[in-house]
Amino acid sequence: MDKPVFVYVTYIATTPEKLWQALTDGAFTQQYWAGIRLDSTWAPGASVTFRMGDEIYNTGAVLAYEPHRRLSYSWKVEIHEVFRRERPSRVTFEIEPMGSEVKLTMTHDDFDPDSKVLGAVSNGWPMVLASLKSFLEIGHGLAVSSPEAAKRTKEKVIADAQATAS
Amino acid sequence: MNAVFKALADPSRRELLDRLYAENGQTLNELCARLVMTRQAVSKHLAILEDANLVATVKRGREKLHYLNPVPIHEIAERWIGKYERHRLRALSDLKRGLEERDG
Repeated sequence: MDKPVFVYVTYIATTPEKLWQALTDGAFTQQYWAGIRLDSTWAPGASVTFRMGDEIYNTGAVLAYEPHRRLSYSWKVEIHEVFRRERPSRVTFEIEPMGSEVKLTMTHDDFDPDSKVLGAVSNGWPMVLASLKSFLEIGHGLAVSSPEAAKRTKEKVIADAQATAS
Repeated sequence: MNAVFKALADPSRRELLDRLYAENGQTLNELCARLVMTRQAVSKHLAILEDANLVATVKRGREKLHYLNPVPIHEIAERWIGKYERHRLRALSDLKRGLEERDG
């Protein structure tokens, strides 16, 4: 098996149930994930859609749904042709209770060779996870993960990907 | 957050983080091969970095892979640096780079 490209870990003072809800309920993702609303029925293989307003940012399919423990979906970036032509990668969240906190491990792997998506997400995940932690502990997400910041980031990642595209 | 600052206070540990930044997901053997530190020292430093959550590990078969974990550094940036005049720090950092390039 190939080694994962990204492994991010964060400890959050919350419960596995609340963290699960924050990861799977679009009304919650909107509040910390750059205003992005995530929709899925979470049946095996069901589609997962990430929207900001009317615009579709990402699409994917459910790969694992084990409530309060493990969530995995495929990850296809739809914001520009430079990303759309790649095959989907894979995002996995693993949740472990650790006393009064919860350890969240996120891995992102299975990228296309020379993936442009890889460059685009490498700066995004730490922001999303830091904002998720803030949302669950303090009650609001971070400014770096606001819809306004996300729009600026979107323009930048498209420009960067185009600059390095062959 | 104390654990993060303590972990970052050691130059060997900062070097280990730089090695992981250059190539993420290395085994203990791979990290040792490129450093002058003993295996025991590398192993000890990695444990401190992992306790501070600056390094995350995953098992793949019999191997343990080490990853740079930027989440706590991001939290520090948001809670400390962002609060204290990030733009002024950036201006100083640009000035330093400009002067160094001219000297080089």
